[in-house]
Amino acid sequence: MLLLNLILILLVGGAIAWWSERLGTHWPRLVAVFVVLVDLLYLLNYLAGIPIEQLSVVPAASDPSSWLLAYQLDWIPRFGISFHLAMDGLSLVLVLLTLVLGVISIISSWNEKNDRQGFFQANILWTLAGVIGVFLAMDLFLFFLFWEVMLVPMYLLIAIWGHEGKAYASMKFFIFTQFSGLLMLLAILALAILHHSATGVYSFSYFDLLSTPVENGMAHWLMLGFFIAFVVKLPGFPFHTWLPDAHTQAPTAGSVILAGILLKTGAYGLIRFTVPLFPEAALDFAPIAMFLGIAGVIYGAVLAFSQTDFKRLVAYSSVSHMGFVLLGVFAWNSLALQGAVMQMVAHGFSTAALFMIAGALQQRLHTRDMREMGGLWHHMPRMGAVALFFALASLGMPGVGNFVAEFLVLLGLFAVNPWMTAAAALGLITAAVYSLIMMQRAFYGKPKADLVVADFGWLEMNAMAIMIIALIWLGLYPQPVLDMVQPVLDSLFSVVSSNSITVGAQ
Amino acid sequence: MLQNIWLIPLLPFVSSVLLILTAGRLPRRLIAIMGAGSVGLSALIVLAVGMQFMELQTPYSLTLWVWMQVGNFAPGFSFYIDQLTVVMLSVITGVGFLIHLYSTEFMQDDSDYSRYFAYMNMFVAAMLILVMADNLLLLYLGWEGVGVCSYLLVGFWYKDPVNGAASRKAFVVTRVGDTAMALGLFLLFTELGTLQIQPMLEAANSRWVTGDTIPAIAALLLLGGAVGKSAQLPLHTWLPDAMAGPTPVSALIHAATMVTAGVYLIARTHGLFLLAPDVLMLVALVGLFTLLLAAFTALNQTDIKRILAYSTISQIGYMFLALGVGAWSAGIFHLMTHAFFKALLFLGAGAVVHCLHHEQNIFKMGGLRSKLPIVFWSFLIGSAALAALPFTSGFFSKDQILLSAFELHGTTGISLWIGPWLWAGGLVGAILTAIYSFRLVFIVFYGEAKTEPDRQPGWRMAAPLSLLCILSLIGGYFVLPLASVFPTVAQHQVSHLVEGISISIPLIGVLIAWLVYYKHSLPVEGFTESSLGKALRNFWYSGWAMDKLYDTIIVKPYTGTANAMRGEWLDRIYHGIVSLCQGSHALLSRTQGGKMRWYATSMVFGLIILVTLLGWVS
Repeated sequence: MLLLNLILILLVGGAIAWWSERLGTHWPRLVAVFVVLVDLLYLLNYLAGIPIEQLSVVPAASDPSSWLLAYQLDWIPRFGISFHLAMDGLSLVLVLLTLVLGVISIISSWNEKNDRQGFFQANILWTLAGVIGVFLAMDLFLFFLFWEVMLVPMYLLIAIWGHEGKAYASMKFFIFTQFSGLLMLLAILALAILHHSATGVYSFSYFDLLSTPVENGMAHWLMLGFFIAFVVKLPGFPFHTWLPDAHTQAPTAGSVILAGILLKTGAYGLIRFTVPLFPEAALDFAPIAMFLGIAGVIYGAVLAFSQTDFKRLVAYSSVSHMGFVLLGVFAWNSLALQGAVMQMVAHGFSTAALFMIAGALQQRLHTRDMREMGGLWHHMPRMGAVALFFALASLGMPGVGNFVAEFLVLLGLFAVNPWMTAAAALGLITAAVYSLIMMQRAFYGKPKADLVVADFGWLEMNAMAIMIIALIWLGLYPQPVLDMVQPVLDSLFSVVSSNSITVGAQ
Repeated sequence: MLQNIWLIPLLPFVSSVLLILTAGRLPRRLIAIMGAGSVGLSALIVLAVGMQFMELQTPYSLTLWVWMQVGNFAPGFSFYIDQLTVVMLSVITGVGFLIHLYSTEFMQDDSDYSRYFAYMNMFVAAMLILVMADNLLLLYLGWEGVGVCSYLLVGFWYKDPVNGAASRKAFVVTRVGDTAMALGLFLLFTELGTLQIQPMLEAANSRWVTGDTIPAIAALLLLGGAVGKSAQLPLHTWLPDAMAGPTPVSALIHAATMVTAGVYLIARTHGLFLLAPDVLMLVALVGLFTLLLAAFTALNQTDIKRILAYSTISQIGYMFLALGVGAWSAGIFHLMTHAFFKALLFLGAGAVVHCLHHEQNIFKMGGLRSKLPIVFWSFLIGSAALAALPFTSGFFSKDQILLSAFELHGTTGISLWIGPWLWAGGLVGAILTAIYSFRLVFIVFYGEAKTEPDRQPGWRMAAPLSLLCILSLIGGYFVLPLASVFPTVAQHQVSHLVEGISISIPLIGVLIAWLVYYKHSLPVEGFTESSLGKALRNFWYSGWAMDKLYDTIIVKPYTGTANAMRGEWLDRIYHGIVSLCQGSHALLSRTQGGKMRWYATSMVFGLIILVTLLGWVS
């Protein structure tokens, strides 16, 4: 019930926020931030109540009752479709990230003068609801539903409140995700039908489909269907081209959610579905996937370096960072996967912060073009210092979470393929190149004599402080997150090895 | 006291964090007290720890917490203190404190006083963690930390884009080495299952035998990190540009501490390098070539700080040479004496620049001997130690290195016969060192005055200079308790001739400098003004054109490629798909143009085709 409420609070809260605009234009954001905080406290309250040992129980892949929480309601029983939500350590970490960044995204647009505030905030809350649904859904039909639910309000956020090129960007975003989602839907249906022909019953339940025998050729195609949907979202090279446009054109809150949370649904899908459902096929495909990961790391970094638009630079840095996630997932060992999850969380914070800075710059200077910036440290030392911190985080400075993530990914990958590790490690150098040039172009150099701008204020500094503290905590003591995720990984490993055996035995 | 060693890095760290959070709102006096005081307190604790340690003599470890644990990968926030650590800690906090004290006066007119000390304290904290770390991952944290602080301090005066470029170059070039080092860490963990240095070295020793490939690769990768941080060939190009930062920064980071981190790393993991004799030989050769290249370059520079920067590269070359021939203690000994005299020289140079309206060109100085007496004596003593004149600190350490090189008796390959050649190369470097350091002294402090100093250094600058003068003179008599850390080296038994040559070479160098730059009685212009001489001078002046080389083969292709791809060329494929759809749409919509004639014709044709098909099928 708690899981359902988590989603319902956001859905209903969105409607209330929309309605509250009648009370005054500042009401929707108050309602929105209140709703997300309530949701967050609701979850934390539950967490405080459970014994700590329960977090280290390995959730059985066949049995949702061994998970932290599960909720099931019949929906279309004829096809074995149910409203089935469940939460383990991995989803818990990601839901927490979603809610925290949700609060931050609303704060990030606090002073932006967006018209139709009510509908704006409603779309933010609905996107969050969709994302949480994606992280919790354990019925593939329901998963697909949430996958689409998070897409539509995000599309509206870009299309209505975006910048000068919003029509093109929002359409591109929609078509890329929609088309790749279609491939996933086909794969889901095919998997359900295969399950029916093998067992005689229809089911879309993750727990049933995990053990569905799929013959090898078919498995490759179905795996690809899932893979493409998730890699487009991640985004992985060469399907990333929607991202720079969407991020650049989205309003600040949209960029924060998009980069901080939405991309992680792709990574989550790869870990939860693509590999466990089709272990053999995924193993065969791993070299190609890892190659795409490396290509993304390098390509994103090179293009980030050459951008003149602050937001586009940050957007390409996301492509680069998400390449590490792809590498971590397909290296498929504890170290690399822990690194991938850590990268999801750490990148969520660091990129969200950089997009907030980009938004703040645009609001103050009315441009994102770094050729018109320079010397801003002189005018806004607080913003400069904060930007410096996140630039260093983005280049993988030890002591922040991003370093833990990238180091674990590469360390895990090394045992699988040293040469690929060496190639991917080039990303550590290129990341330094683009992060530092960003600082140079925007904040260092000669200040403009006649520029008068306000530095970060109290509210913005608080939001930044949350993210800085979170990243340093993840960088110096990531153990709580690692401990929450490890049982899930152990469970996935056992699924994959047993599935590989059943396939191998046929 | 030993259980409180965590305070050593924590004090400067806390001071730094407070300075960042208060963002310059504190009074300057308090900033100075916090900045210099925190390092001074750490120095006192190091002193107490050192005293206690001398009695204890056994390594001490302390784990604060497990940093991250995944499977058997469980590096901790753990410190490991042995004699080598104590030596490093003493140098860092001792010299570090003097430089901080000096900075309180040097930077007093700067509007970013607080930011300066925040970065400096952060640097000291990171450097302390680097040498105290008991595992390579924590060492790597310190390693990257000092790199970031170096970046921040080189680019401290951010309003000039030239400083920004220098700071980025410093960071990115060293990052190349750091990445190699990270790969080394991956390899070592994958092979040995731990990154904790002492157990790792033991495991390496039991797992591999001397000459195996994998320890050679691992050592090579660590060497990559070391040459980056310590500005050795081929990654040395960042250090001369790094002089863009405030001069005390150059003294602390780019002379006394950070740039010697590579030497420390190799010394700390010497057990691994001993398993890879070929790589160890490479360390010696890297050292030799670097020291020669940098010495030739130093001879041709005109900027007082660039001369010292190339000199630093050259002196670290000597340390690498020492490590490469297995003279571990001599390498660390030279690290310490170099920290004394090079910090002294940099601080002296800072005083000159400070008192001469930021003039850095030595040919615009001159005759400062009587005008800045304290600085003159500092420079004289520092240069004497740098040139390794007898009885100065530099003499003892460099002599040990040269003699160890001469006595190298390897068992394989070129190490069988190369010893005397390394020695001879080191001597060529030594004579060049003497020439360029006294060239500096004669040009800046003798001859006619060209710029008038507008102030004198106050006590906060003079006191550190005086103390470093004393250390540079007597530092050679310190006995480092490193016997238990490194494998024992046999006593030197070289002929008196070799020893005599080693001692007299620097004196000849000083004599040459005196004849050329003071007496002007050696007719060198005939050579230097010839076309060959000019070409050579330009070549050496540019640092053997290494910058140009890297610019051509790496920087320009990278920026060129990046700029060419800026507009996301991949989108052309997707736009192609869009065009295809739009094209087919246009084509198909023309079939519904609303013209009855066209509909009728197409219906007739359709019917004909259909009927034909039906007939053909049946």
